[in-house]
Amino acid sequence: MTATVTATAALALGDDALVLSHRLGQWAGHTPVLEEEVALANIALDLLGQARVLLSMAGDEDELAYLREERAFRNVQLVEQPNGDFAHTIARQLYFSAYQHLLYDRLAEGGGPFAPLAAKAVKEVAYHRDHAEQWTLRLGDGTDVSHERMQRACTALWRYTGELFQPVEGLDADWPALEAAWLERVGEVLRRATLTVPEGPRSGAWTAGAGRQGLHTEPFGRMLAEMQHLHRSHPGASW
Amino acid sequence: MTTTDWPLWEVFVRSRRGLSHTHAGSLHAPDAELALRNARDLYTRRGEGVSIWVVPSSAITASSPDEKDPFFEPAADKPYRHPTFYEIPEGVKHL
Repeated sequence: MTATVTATAALALGDDALVLSHRLGQWAGHTPVLEEEVALANIALDLLGQARVLLSMAGDEDELAYLREERAFRNVQLVEQPNGDFAHTIARQLYFSAYQHLLYDRLAEGGGPFAPLAAKAVKEVAYHRDHAEQWTLRLGDGTDVSHERMQRACTALWRYTGELFQPVEGLDADWPALEAAWLERVGEVLRRATLTVPEGPRSGAWTAGAGRQGLHTEPFGRMLAEMQHLHRSHPGASW
Repeated sequence: MTTTDWPLWEVFVRSRRGLSHTHAGSLHAPDAELALRNARDLYTRRGEGVSIWVVPSSAITASSPDEKDPFFEPAADKPYRHPTFYEIPEGVKHL
């Protein structure tokens, strides 16, 4: 495996972690309860830690995070989706953490350049997945309102999940097997939560799925502007 | 932050094996499983613990400040009950 291929793969994984971390960080000061604010911030910080390691494998972490244009980011479109209501955030977490856990588990076993990071991160991600599953069960099997909102969120984000299993060059994984395991795990959680597994397409013309190629959804540009403006306004500043 | 009607839970954390669980604080959570997870995030994220207990605050019966005198005052003038009359052997910790 060449260094370039590794760097490209590191960028894809690193951007996933960085962008989702920033989205979760946007909950700070806005969560309905203090306990949940700490939980989401905790997950965000785990992801930021992963992003730092991964982006450092691809180049200078600060330059990559703060000085790239939108089209240069390689994250999947799922992680850039706005927080929405709490159910949307939890559905996004459910879909992404289930995927990330399967992938990191595979990378940790594979012994490639990502094995050390994946072995450490897989424990963090196991907790992220547990957090999302616990909340999915409670919101889905909760009140009429929480059930309806959770169902709406799961359905709305469903079309972004096919992209997760587009093969990434440099990552040694059996993608169809990962996808099958993901569908089984997520389907089981949704059914236990009395939710309907969405039936919409997960890949193809009418679905999302070009984040890895640098095409992003409209809200991503605004998120990026917010994330980068301090660094761009004060280049090289430190405290 | 709005208030919720989630119940209050008391959190006990065992910092390492061999020590007992000590009270770390309290938090709100809708049920015991989420209380445990909230406790993990609030009280053990800097490596403080190896085990957590959560207990509904409503399940705790506490002594009342009004009963302070009959409860605790009599013990104060009985110094012979205190283990202060012998030397602690070297190397004994957590006593």
